Amino acid sequence: MSLIDLSGNLLFVAFVAYLIATLLFGGAVKGGSKDESADAGKKWGSLAIIITLVGFIANLGYFITRWVYAGHAPVSNMFEFTTAFGMFVVGAFILIYFIYKVPALGLFALPIAIIIIAYASMFPREVNPLIPALKSYWLYIHVITAAIGESILAISAVAGLIYLLKNIDLTKKSKQSFWIEVVMYALVLVLGFVAVTTTFNVTGYEAEFSYVDKDGNTKEITYNTPALFGMHQSELLTADKMQPIADVPAIVNAKKLTTVVWSILIGTLLYGLIRLIIRKPIAVIMQPFAKRANSQLMDEIGYRSVLIGFPVFTLGALIFAMIWAQEAWSRFWGWDPKEVWALITWLFYAAFLHLRLSKGWQGGKSAWLAVIGFVIIMFNLVAVNLIIAGLHSYAG
Amino acid sequence: MKKIICECGHENPEGTTLCEKCGSPLTEEEKSRKLADMRYEGTAIRSKTYNTTIIDKIWNFFSSVKVGVAIIIITLVAAGIGTFLPQVIYVSLTEYQDAAAAYKAAYGTFGSIYYKLGLADIYSSWWFQTLIGMLGISIIVASLDRGIPLYKSLKNQRVKRHENFLKRQRIFASGEMSSEEADKAFDLTEAKMKEMKYNVRREDGALLAEKGRFARWGPYINHVGLIIFLFGVMLRLMPGFYIDKTLWIREGETMAIPGMEGFYLESKKFTFETYSKDEQKEEFNESKKAVNAVAKNYQTDVKLYKAPEDSVPGDTSNLTLVKEMPIIVNKPLKYDGYALYQMDFRLNELKTMHFDLIDKKSEKSLGSVAIDLTNPEKEYKVGKDSKVVLKKYFPDFAGFEDGEPQTASPLPNNPAFIFDMYTPETPKGETSFVAIKQTLEPLGETKYKMKFSAVDTRNVSGLTVRKDKTLMILMLGGIIFMLGVTIGSYWSHRRLWLLKTKDGRLLMASHTNKNWFSMKKDLDAVTEYAHLPVYVDQHDEDQKAEDAEKKLKDKEKEGDNI
Repeated sequence: MSLIDLSGNLLFVAFVAYLIATLLFGGAVKGGSKDESADAGKKWGSLAIIITLVGFIANLGYFITRWVYAGHAPVSNMFEFTTAFGMFVVGAFILIYFIYKVPALGLFALPIAIIIIAYASMFPREVNPLIPALKSYWLYIHVITAAIGESILAISAVAGLIYLLKNIDLTKKSKQSFWIEVVMYALVLVLGFVAVTTTFNVTGYEAEFSYVDKDGNTKEITYNTPALFGMHQSELLTADKMQPIADVPAIVNAKKLTTVVWSILIGTLLYGLIRLIIRKPIAVIMQPFAKRANSQLMDEIGYRSVLIGFPVFTLGALIFAMIWAQEAWSRFWGWDPKEVWALITWLFYAAFLHLRLSKGWQGGKSAWLAVIGFVIIMFNLVAVNLIIAGLHSYAG
Repeated sequence: MKKIICECGHENPEGTTLCEKCGSPLTEEEKSRKLADMRYEGTAIRSKTYNTTIIDKIWNFFSSVKVGVAIIIITLVAAGIGTFLPQVIYVSLTEYQDAAAAYKAAYGTFGSIYYKLGLADIYSSWWFQTLIGMLGISIIVASLDRGIPLYKSLKNQRVKRHENFLKRQRIFASGEMSSEEADKAFDLTEAKMKEMKYNVRREDGALLAEKGRFARWGPYINHVGLIIFLFGVMLRLMPGFYIDKTLWIREGETMAIPGMEGFYLESKKFTFETYSKDEQKEEFNESKKAVNAVAKNYQTDVKLYKAPEDSVPGDTSNLTLVKEMPIIVNKPLKYDGYALYQMDFRLNELKTMHFDLIDKKSEKSLGSVAIDLTNPEKEYKVGKDSKVVLKKYFPDFAGFEDGEPQTASPLPNNPAFIFDMYTPETPKGETSFVAIKQTLEPLGETKYKMKFSAVDTRNVSGLTVRKDKTLMILMLGGIIFMLGVTIGSYWSHRRLWLLKTKDGRLLMASHTNKNWFSMKKDLDAVTEYAHLPVYVDQHDEDQKAEDAEKKLKDKEKEGDNI
């Protein structure tokens, strides 16, 4: 088995381990609910964290073997970075778990890590040679530190989510119960993306188009999903494939738009199906798992994760980023979209801390802010890389 | 100044909410609270005390956290809007008249409006800069407003606090105890807290154990770092602190470095490399990306020279070699505070063109001419008795306008020439217009012609020359910020108070600015060791009461339904 195959297998082992651990954490949360089986809950819990650790070690194994194989840290394209981010989310969870020992956290943090890794695996997995701009040890230092910071911040969103699920009265219609369901829907949409990409990948769908780009040059592009939208003045080159419903202006990448629309369609279908089967909002199904969590502890975990993650994020995403930018691009700051979004994330968490410290925003408000913070991080990861292309666009 | 006199007799300055000496509540608002507001230790804060003069009002505006957060949010949203479309600096304008036209062409009406609103250059707009300036003022004012009184208060804190103070702490315990038992509990507490690295002070039936007070300075330290950073950014606007120039240099040339007086740079060679197939991983070669070769290296090999102090600008004799090294992406040449970066390149720029002067009929050559395209001569001798005069030179020929040849730029991208050819056969001279793949004879047919034979090319490097004297200041700001934010985030300020009352009770109270969970671990340990009364988390009690109330209401509702 070559190193790169070993690396792929280790990632698969990690993925499966996280799935099993999620179920075990579910058992730990549920099992401890009756007084006589409190010990049983603890046993489930310790088994769950052991499996998580096994998965995390396998995940680290993936990271190291791929690093050795590629000759550079596997954080240089979208697949590698997103997978690393998922791994660090698990790492951050393990850190917080050993401080607070709350199984409910695992039940919600691991699925989010699983979804992130599944999302990552939708991108091309080949090992790229590094372009000159990336040839610097700052690549490792900057990207890894920033990703670790973001993943610790993500744990605060997990704690926030548990807090909200526990404390929002879902029997009544309210803004809060609506938005918590929107969060659930958004998670299902990611699964929709995974389902769409996997289905068409497995069936090997390929349709070639020619199109005219915004500078007037004729180019070719391959769609891996049936084209809903065509590129600017597109023409289908492959026989017997679906014609696009409409062409878009040259500034819009219709291929990406098609994937997004497919994901929303299938994701919504999936969501509708789930609702049809369970006949309740998803949040209602999730609520019992959060019910036994201690609100105050969740609030503290949420706050603590921001406190631990914020300095790491500042160091990695702003300070190391500026030092590298000065070395590579001759200026430490250039208002590139990715830079701007790192600054936005930073400003947001700064506002979070000020609101909490001085305005006493605790509990629900703080939990919502943590969830919004995670949305900003995911926007920076997904939308800024895929839609707003700047100097960092090679990350796609 | 008005003074507030506490029940204990201590005179507090106006605006104090918790007595500096005993900690009793002083204002009605503070008294109405169940738990003491410990954020700034109840000290007099200027912005909360005075609000009459215009200076008070401005001070209060900038010291308000609400205003600070509002500025942060507005900045954040504005910054986000600036990423909708690429900023002007990242847009290539070469094909358009101006930026407005470029935005309209690329992004339609939306682009047009975006540009007109100034969003395409949002970060250098006056209002965005004003926002950053206000943020800076807010940071300074708020830090002074809160930081100084907090510092004074914590420095002068007393060991003995009033029962009213202890009772109103989140963690509180009270138990009956004989005087001897209480003294023993004090001793044990002192021992245990010292073991847990607390500083313990005792005084007349009271005990204060404290740890990590410096954590309270974290926010103020990081604000100092931010201010230094913003100051450094502002300093860049001062002349001499910041230089940003571009230098296009051809292979073989020695040029004065713009912005770096007395220094010259020689480009020996520019290299552009792509990865070869066997350097790439197999599965990458099979992927689509591999079709376009991946860039591996951009590199200019240079020599840096220094001119003697007293030399005339431009005089390149007597240069001394300072440094010889390659400039590579990510590895700039650094010298004396300056840095030269590999930023851009042009491959295969035309350097010299070689022509033969030939007899059109016999195709016999009289000799050849080499024209240096960046520095052409006026006249070229050919053989013994012939010459060619370069009447006109168009380095970047772009067609005719009103019968006159035009040049688009001074770069030799598409050279064209008007030659006068003098030979023994044609002593009066013949005129010929020569461009690439094109020869015209504007003044009648000629006997001789300039036949193109060869061309030499060379590469051009685009280098950026930078000097940024503010970098050290920015770095200092960054380090201080990190120090402050680390102290403020990873440590917490924990305190425990014990009080022996006259009526035979032992009171215990505790406060931490964060991480109550870990604080409680310390408290559990000391409670067990020193047999202290069992404490309650009064904040948590509130929560429980609320929950109980909610349950009660739910039950009532169910009752209604039945």
